[in-house]
Amino acid sequence: MKLVFERSIQGTGSTLLPPNDVEAYDLQEPYQRKLALHFPELTEGELSRHYSELESNAFGVNRGFYPLGSCTMKYSPKLNEECAALPGFADIHPLQPAHTVQGCMEAMALAEKLLCEITGMDNLTFQPAAGAHGEFTGLQLIKKYHDSRGDSKRVELIVPDTAHGTNPASASMGAFKTVAIPSKADGLVDLDALKAVVGENTAGLMLTNPSTLGLFEKDIVEIAKTVHEAGGLLYYDGANLNPVMGVVRPGDTGFDIVHLNLHKTFSTPHGGGGPGAGPVGCKAYLSEFLPLPRIVEEQGSLRFCSDSENSIGRVKAFYGHFLVIIKALAYILTLGKEGIPYAAQNAVLNANYMMKSLEDLYTVAYPGRCMHEFVLSAESLKKRTGVSAMDVAKALMDHGMHPPTVYFPLNVHEALMVEPTETESKPTIDAAVKVYREIYDLAFTNPALLHEAPVKAAIRRPDEVRAARTLVLRHSFSS
Amino acid sequence: MGTYVPNSVVEQKEMLEALGLQAMEDLFDVIPDEVRVKGELRIPSGKSELEVRRQMEEMAERNTVFRTVFRGAGAYRHYIPALVKAVASKETFVTAYTPYQPEISQGVLQSIFEYQTMICELTGMDASNASVYDGAVACAEAVAMCIDKKRETVYLSAAVHPDYLDVVKTYCYAANRELVIVPEKDGRTDVDFLRSHLNSQSACFLLQQPNFFGLLEDTDELSNAVKAAGAKFILCVNPVYAAIGKTPRECGADIAVGEGQPLGLNLGFGGPYLGFMASIQEMARKLPGRIVGQTLDADGNRCFVLTLQAREQHIRREKASSSICSNQALCAMTAASYMSTMGPSGFQEVAKQCLSKAHYAAKQITSVPGFSLRFSGEFFHEFVTACPSSAETILKKLEEKGILGGYLLDGKYKGCILWCCTELNTKSEIDLLTALLKGEA
Amino acid sequence: MTTPTNYSYTKTHEWIQFLDEETATSGITDFAQKALSDIVFINMPSEGDEVTCGESFADIESVKAVADINSPVSGTILETNETVEEDPSVINEDPYGSWIVKIGHIRAKDDLMNAEEYDRFCEEEEQ
Repeated sequence: MKLVFERSIQGTGSTLLPPNDVEAYDLQEPYQRKLALHFPELTEGELSRHYSELESNAFGVNRGFYPLGSCTMKYSPKLNEECAALPGFADIHPLQPAHTVQGCMEAMALAEKLLCEITGMDNLTFQPAAGAHGEFTGLQLIKKYHDSRGDSKRVELIVPDTAHGTNPASASMGAFKTVAIPSKADGLVDLDALKAVVGENTAGLMLTNPSTLGLFEKDIVEIAKTVHEAGGLLYYDGANLNPVMGVVRPGDTGFDIVHLNLHKTFSTPHGGGGPGAGPVGCKAYLSEFLPLPRIVEEQGSLRFCSDSENSIGRVKAFYGHFLVIIKALAYILTLGKEGIPYAAQNAVLNANYMMKSLEDLYTVAYPGRCMHEFVLSAESLKKRTGVSAMDVAKALMDHGMHPPTVYFPLNVHEALMVEPTETESKPTIDAAVKVYREIYDLAFTNPALLHEAPVKAAIRRPDEVRAARTLVLRHSFSS
Repeated sequence: MGTYVPNSVVEQKEMLEALGLQAMEDLFDVIPDEVRVKGELRIPSGKSELEVRRQMEEMAERNTVFRTVFRGAGAYRHYIPALVKAVASKETFVTAYTPYQPEISQGVLQSIFEYQTMICELTGMDASNASVYDGAVACAEAVAMCIDKKRETVYLSAAVHPDYLDVVKTYCYAANRELVIVPEKDGRTDVDFLRSHLNSQSACFLLQQPNFFGLLEDTDELSNAVKAAGAKFILCVNPVYAAIGKTPRECGADIAVGEGQPLGLNLGFGGPYLGFMASIQEMARKLPGRIVGQTLDADGNRCFVLTLQAREQHIRREKASSSICSNQALCAMTAASYMSTMGPSGFQEVAKQCLSKAHYAAKQITSVPGFSLRFSGEFFHEFVTACPSSAETILKKLEEKGILGGYLLDGKYKGCILWCCTELNTKSEIDLLTALLKGEA
Repeated sequence: MTTPTNYSYTKTHEWIQFLDEETATSGITDFAQKALSDIVFINMPSEGDEVTCGESFADIESVKAVADINSPVSGTILETNETVEEDPSVINEDPYGSWIVKIGHIRAKDDLMNAEEYDRFCEEEEQ
């Protein structure tokens, strides 16, 4: 594919603006740009083709099965997109007077109420822009809470070894020390290991439940009790809420703070990596620490309130990814109290069904009941045939489906982490299972084919070592 | 209830049977009964598409969409070409995940590479990342890039956007990092204060150009002061200004950041927007988040991959300098398509019209008795005026005529108005505004 | 690859070669470079940095992994190897010929192994 710059033809372009209708003003000389500006010059038609070509060399949920573990690649309803494009939302300036944005605030207040009920929290901020940003925000609530009690020695955050990398990274951004605890042989949190590390330095525990292994922490009540008795707080990483929404609420299992990934659980699309949204909910006793401003109701109208001495401050300009919140709201209103647990049930059903259909061939890392996802290990396959998890992933591409997450979680060797989601049908899963099984057989009969895969994709396997050693991070223009 | 579950009840039953289960409930037998939701969630019943559409429309209609806008203050209304909207809504881009699998993600990866190139061109820098959440977070992340064992104190101009200032404060508090706010004098950063406070422990100084008041700062003097102390210089720049104004590179910046919303993104009541970050070559490895690099595939053809991943949270975990994972990929693609559609001359024309119209508006507004420019010197597309009477009343009166007037300042400049013009403001709008301020319309 | 007998080794797979009583060069072993595979970057310390026995003073990246480099001794960084910094792939080719840092003013040493002991240690690690 040509770069947009390589399609550029000097002197072409679109006529977009009328001529300037006021007297021209020029910047004073010291403020002027002297560097040339190499933007492409293309007519609209040429540019339209360029982006169509890029689109045809990409893969979205619209194209096929996308069981990327821990990413909850469910269908994103078109209604969501339409609602977010309504001029009454899309064309509103964030600093308009309160009485001209009552609808925006109402939407946010309603979304807050619904998400609080779903999570069992009392208040929620929409400022965090993504899951990791939510983690950072939630951990600041923990920091402020302990600081407000003069308990400044609580600097340790306990994180299971199966956690997403964002957990320890967010902890470090908040000057916390990460204490990693190993999982038991069954993949669950080791209560004894937890009891051994909690103490007067414990700020809290970050937990993803169900975990990245797709397992529900059945000892969650005991875990919560252990952390709380030590004076720590419980943080819920909502990356995997999808299989339990409407079934169990984090707040009822002892969590004090929750972040959600609206782009996973609540169907707002991933956009090739973002924007997502990572709202953070908390129990009432932590609400005073939430970021400002907060929406408050006064004499029947809503306004933003910035008075709270104990707030952690702002984590983002304005109020968060408002248009993403609108999409999530449309989704929750559509599903409602019946549809939310129904989606969760079907997510779990699909995952268990698919796992069951593969367990006689691939090694299931943690057999038993899974929730939204399951983890296969290609370790023994690799030992016997030389075919790695990566080879399996690449081969799947030639069958029109997206591979699962590979090489994560780190405690499973040659991991393939599969999350079908509830918006996939039985025929789709059956067809995928057939492909997974064929690839398995091929590993024994013709492994070389798998090392070469994919062969039908836009490119062959890329040289990632070269990319990292010889950095080319931008196109260069020969002048 | 609405649902997007494709399996029929019959298929669900077949699948349950394959698992040896009777009912859906059995799937959750690992969850202790005492913590399960009893009965139903206390939220409304699900609705049809039409009902939801109506409910959302009703809320949207309770907001006022202003025909004429003279307000910026960190969110700018610009013309968004039709093609940009078409690109931003392409279904595959909308529903893809982060391009972890390069073989089937070349379209997304290449779009980011093109975006990175354009951000580098715009700022004059060598390397750009694939975006962060917004301009404010880009500032905070840039600060984190500059910290090392020997240099930990952060300097921030008081004339940056107040939200950005607050976000940097939050991040510094979180990391137990010392933050010095460099005061402003007559709307511009106090260079003498900065010079006298910088020392061998200073990590960086962050400045906004144009600053929150729309004024152009003397970047040469400030940059020299920062360089003399051996600290890093971070310039937060409006991308439209950078089309014609001195680039961050020409200003001596080590890192350029900014809010990319003016590049074809909706006002959207504040988000999602786009934080861009670019740096000189020496600091490229410190950029947070995703970065796309060019390489060759097994057949020797050019292709693109996510590179330098060993800096990131999924590999470096607690040692990563940032936890960012999801970013603003679709917004970055939107911005790149905007810059491509505009082309170099079209984009510079946008900047020139913003500049010219703001200066025309400033001249017209200050011709009204009692209105005067609060600060002297060069500005871009925003300016502050003092007002003859209550600014609230003035803005209220404009609102009745369907005009969103300037932004009412608080604090030190309480009662002053920060006005903004873009290419969307016509001469007749500005003339009408002036007449209204005079009380003539 | 033969493990040089004139070097000493740590359990975290660094080697050290003493040039005199107080000065030494240090790098990573063949075992370490194999575990990392293609090395793409080294985060070098600065000259003059104090290093402590058993503590990390640098890290080393491959495409999909990162590892700490721990100091076998306590002392001061005298020099970093610019050749290695510019092209860290030389470590993959010649781990024992590619010193990463030169350490001086050595005050203390870790429990170090000789080549034979280290080879045995690696065999155990592999199982």
